[in-house]
Amino acid sequence: MAETVQQRIIRNGQTMPAKVVPAEKVEPRRLKTEEMILNVGPQHPSTHGVLRLEVVLDGEMVVDCVPHLGYLHRCFEKHAEAMTYPQVIPYVDRMDYLAAMNSDHGYALAVERMLGVEVPRKVEFIRVLFAELQRIASHLVAVGTYGLDVGAFTPFLYCFRDREYILEMFEKTCGARLLYNYIWVGGLSHDIHPDVFGMCKKFIKDNRATHKQVNDLLTFNKIFVERTANIGVLRPDVAINGGASGPMLRGSGVKWDLRRDDPYSIYPELDFEVAVGTGKFGQVGDCFDRHWVRMLEWEQSLNILEQLLEKWPHEDKTDVQSAVPKRIKPVAGEIYSRTENPRGELGFYIVSKDGINPYRCKVRSPAFVNLSLLPVISRGYLVADLIAILGSVDIVLGEVDR
Amino acid sequence: MSMDQQAIQTRLQTAFGDQIGEWHEMKTSAYATKYGSYLDVKNVDYLRDICLFLRDEADLKFDNLMLLSTVDNGDKTLSATYHMESTTHRHVFALKVTVSVDHARVPSVTGVWTSANWHEREGWDMMGIEFVGHPDLRRILLDEDYPGHPLRKDFKVPDFYHGMKVPY
Amino acid sequence: MYQGLHDFLVGLLGENALSTILSIVVYSAVPLVFILLYALIAILGEMKISAWVQDRLGPMRTGPMGVFQPIADMLKLLQKEDLTPTHADRKLYNLAPFIVFLGSYAAFACLPFSAAYIGARLNTGIFYIVSVSSLVVVGIMMAGWGSNNKYSLMGAMRSVAQIISYEIPAGLAVLTVVMIAGSMDMQTITQLQSGGIQNWFLFGGPKALAGFGGAKAWVLFPFMGIAFLIYVVASLAETNRVPFDIPEAESELVAGYHTEYSAMKFALFFLAEYANMFAVSAVASVLFLGGWSSPFGPMFDGPVMGFVWFILKGLFFVFLQIWIRWTLPRLRVDQLMYVCWKVLIPFGMVAVLGVGSLVVGWVH
Repeated sequence: MAETVQQRIIRNGQTMPAKVVPAEKVEPRRLKTEEMILNVGPQHPSTHGVLRLEVVLDGEMVVDCVPHLGYLHRCFEKHAEAMTYPQVIPYVDRMDYLAAMNSDHGYALAVERMLGVEVPRKVEFIRVLFAELQRIASHLVAVGTYGLDVGAFTPFLYCFRDREYILEMFEKTCGARLLYNYIWVGGLSHDIHPDVFGMCKKFIKDNRATHKQVNDLLTFNKIFVERTANIGVLRPDVAINGGASGPMLRGSGVKWDLRRDDPYSIYPELDFEVAVGTGKFGQVGDCFDRHWVRMLEWEQSLNILEQLLEKWPHEDKTDVQSAVPKRIKPVAGEIYSRTENPRGELGFYIVSKDGINPYRCKVRSPAFVNLSLLPVISRGYLVADLIAILGSVDIVLGEVDR
Repeated sequence: MSMDQQAIQTRLQTAFGDQIGEWHEMKTSAYATKYGSYLDVKNVDYLRDICLFLRDEADLKFDNLMLLSTVDNGDKTLSATYHMESTTHRHVFALKVTVSVDHARVPSVTGVWTSANWHEREGWDMMGIEFVGHPDLRRILLDEDYPGHPLRKDFKVPDFYHGMKVPY
Repeated sequence: MYQGLHDFLVGLLGENALSTILSIVVYSAVPLVFILLYALIAILGEMKISAWVQDRLGPMRTGPMGVFQPIADMLKLLQKEDLTPTHADRKLYNLAPFIVFLGSYAAFACLPFSAAYIGARLNTGIFYIVSVSSLVVVGIMMAGWGSNNKYSLMGAMRSVAQIISYEIPAGLAVLTVVMIAGSMDMQTITQLQSGGIQNWFLFGGPKALAGFGGAKAWVLFPFMGIAFLIYVVASLAETNRVPFDIPEAESELVAGYHTEYSAMKFALFFLAEYANMFAVSAVASVLFLGGWSSPFGPMFDGPVMGFVWFILKGLFFVFLQIWIRWTLPRLRVDQLMYVCWKVLIPFGMVAVLGVGSLVVGWVH
């Protein structure tokens, strides 16, 4: 048992510096008499996972919101130290389970950069195709569950219906629908299934119709706009200083996308626009802007898919496993490698001490950092808006807790 | 204006002289050189000043702390690594401080970048580095009364936790 | 129709108190039987319609195309364990579902199912309906308080505020019809609209009424249209349906006022909600769309056909409510109040003033 406990005292609504006190002397938190603490408990109906929010309320207004994490902590970093480099990949899948391809890509890229391995062009194409499909799938879940949070039940089902197409394509190629272990260091586990091209073409056509449908049903619906505009405003300087990334940062008007600003794979050859929030119905950086950025990104990913299918090197018959190293033993050193997850900047900090296991594998998960901004953006809004704000941050607890 | 990492290192050298140590470079690929090289900070007490300098100088402007991570080096020392980037100038940089296990205290940079807040809480939680000056240093992922700091190399999983036997 | 029933029973049992009581009981049980049958259809309709809107199939296994699903649901609810929370206020907690159902059911007394059947022909029919359906407010408050759960209490208070606020625009819309009809009696209102679709109050009312004659009654159409829309929106709020379903919202942090209820008591809340849906739909159809009168005039008219028309029109509005529920998101509480007080009431007043001045101007 720890003998000392770090204690945080709130006095007059201000947080005092922590002091170390013996465990027996821990005092209960002292509140102003009008404040009430409400627990948005670990289980709640919004499908964000097990997150506990301790909300300090003054009437209906949120004074402070303290997230308590750790309910889904599965010790990824400690496990990674015991596994070999290829064995870590299934664990990486399970962190952000809604964007597993992007996570795999990020990790494989990190190790490849550390080794200095170049992958064949065909492998790059397949990786980007699946990464963009996974991005669309993740945004479908984000948009669908956001509609569910504000009470619109139907867009959720339309989004999941389309997501089924994507998961079928993944299943055809690597056998798994959600957690793939597909993108390996230096290559892929299976070659792309020839049916996927036809399925992808059909999917793009149907999905554009769904995109328009969801826009008509949800995005431009007056009630939805009232619920999300001018709520949870995040200023750009606060966002950058706070480490926000992905739609959270772009929703505040900052044009920063790692596929453009720190390009990797074949993204330099692809033509797509970086979506930013423009304060369409309210202030720049409100919940509507973040939702709008996700809708635009979804559309841009469809454009990228079309370009990939056009440029596809069909005559290229290289084996997808040709560049996979037999033994992965990077030289002693470290690297911080980052890619663009649907949620933001996914970073892997890998330290190697010339062994077959990563000496230290730290994950910079975008949802973790974006969630740290939740207390900042929800101060001063009503309790009913808190759910809308939480939905717009788009967290996946597997990634937050690792 | 994007600066070369050598140039940034020279700036720091002129400003802080003895407080910083060597430059370590990773040579396996161009990306690795850019993102795997770091600058050792010799004097831990100056860490906050160095970070403020990096953030506020007009041609450096490191306004985004990408990652603050902690490493157990195995030889009774712990390190904290700071990866930062500038969204205006598009350059990246990395710092590393090393402290001994017995005096694992590093100044907190929460006042410089607010994203450091949760990263440092995780550093305390997992590795046991106390970030001095942090407004609210408590465990973030594990229970408040969890014994020990799991990511240390000499960490042993406790046999009993709250009276329950820990399997495996 | 009551007279016919009474005579039949007198012939059977003789002229005594028993036949009177029996005739009263049988006559007033007709809406109850109707509610129970309608609830089965409405529940199945809600499941299937929501499924088709969401591009899925809905219940398919219980019976052909899932038609026996409501029966299965009812059986499930009946055999559930009846729980009472430990610190709940017993009397309030147990009485609440009955009061809520009472409020919904009592409104059926004045609904004209057909020319031959109306539970009680009061000459203040519509006034009675509007006032007695406020009883549900008392029941909801009892449920919220008696559950001894701070979220139920918050949900109940919000629901009460919502229902009470939205009765004002609903009342204003009703007032426009009463001004044209000159009577609050539901049968009179319906009889005035018989003769075809052009006589419906939505389009300005019968041309012979109040000396309008010819096409002049069409000038009332804009105001009646506004009143109709106001009534439809206000009725959504009265029955706690989306977009006004904050009190029942599952994905908000506050759980509804009927969370702590199980089994039969929950079934009563459920039944009361569907009965209320039909009651407000029926009132909308009687006031604006002609009740039991056929839109084709003398064709397809008659006591039995009247029954059919009434139910069809009522079910149309129920379908509309279900359709809207699965399409729109939910309003926040303050936005809900804003819509009532700053949008519906001003428009309602405009409608009342418009209709009132036109009626007064042309009659006198």
